[in-house]
Amino acid sequence: MTADLPLNITADMQTNQLTIRRSFDAPKELVWDCYTKAELLDQWFAPDPLTARTKSMEFREGGHWHFAMIDPDGNEYWARFDYETIDPTDSYRARDAFSDETGAVNDDMPVSVWDVTFEDTASRTVVQIVASYESTEAMQSVRDMGMEDGMRSCFDRLDRLLKARTATAN
Amino acid sequence: MDNNSPNLDTVFLAFADPTRRAVLRQLGQGPASVSDLSAPFDMALPPFMKHIRTLENAGLIITRKEGRVRTCEINPARYAEVEQWLIDQRKGWASRYQKLDALLETLKGQTT
Repeated sequence: MTADLPLNITADMQTNQLTIRRSFDAPKELVWDCYTKAELLDQWFAPDPLTARTKSMEFREGGHWHFAMIDPDGNEYWARFDYETIDPTDSYRARDAFSDETGAVNDDMPVSVWDVTFEDTASRTVVQIVASYESTEAMQSVRDMGMEDGMRSCFDRLDRLLKARTATAN
Repeated sequence: MDNNSPNLDTVFLAFADPTRRAVLRQLGQGPASVSDLSAPFDMALPPFMKHIRTLENAGLIITRKEGRVRTCEINPARYAEVEQWLIDQRKGWASRYQKLDALLETLKGQTT
């Protein structure tokens, strides 16, 4: 394996969006499959030390993916992605929500809408996820305060941190 | 866990109102009494106090009462949690994508 390709994450306080952009050294169709087929998603979608396990998957407009992320102690964190629009193999839009084991959405937890696009470049595929949070209005306000009122500006620091790390592979 | 911070949720709720955001912005300049904070708003004291309590319950502000005056101030620790949430996002995605890289390598080997 070569070193990781750069991961670009930016939080836009104006639009309440988190953008996650990354290249993959593989053809677009293959990358698309990894994002849209349960048996492949289960192999990567949960960050370490968690593992993903699909309960049900219907990848079609109006369908949803219901899965758990499981920690090493066996605790299950359930979530579901509801697919709103699908344009194979270029893009899809899904609503990301926490749920329980039955698939009932947990309204107390933040929900985000994901616009995921797949883009061919010379030898790689670029995937961009724009996650729009209801909640990042919160971040906007936090940032406003930091900037305007001289409060400790955590987001400025974070911006710098993200910029620095974006330039280098992890 | 990625995206999963129950504590943060009360923060998001507290921010979802223009009056509460204005109060927070004002408090960014330093502690203030409830009556001073309510002055710019055309609002009776009971509903205004409800906003104050929402902010306090979310941990975004700390209030204390001295005699008849209730003073409010920002709680910076809460803002640090929002920052941590973003750092966790990054960690989670870096980890996921390492796995995806490995998976793609395997799949490429199978198809070619």
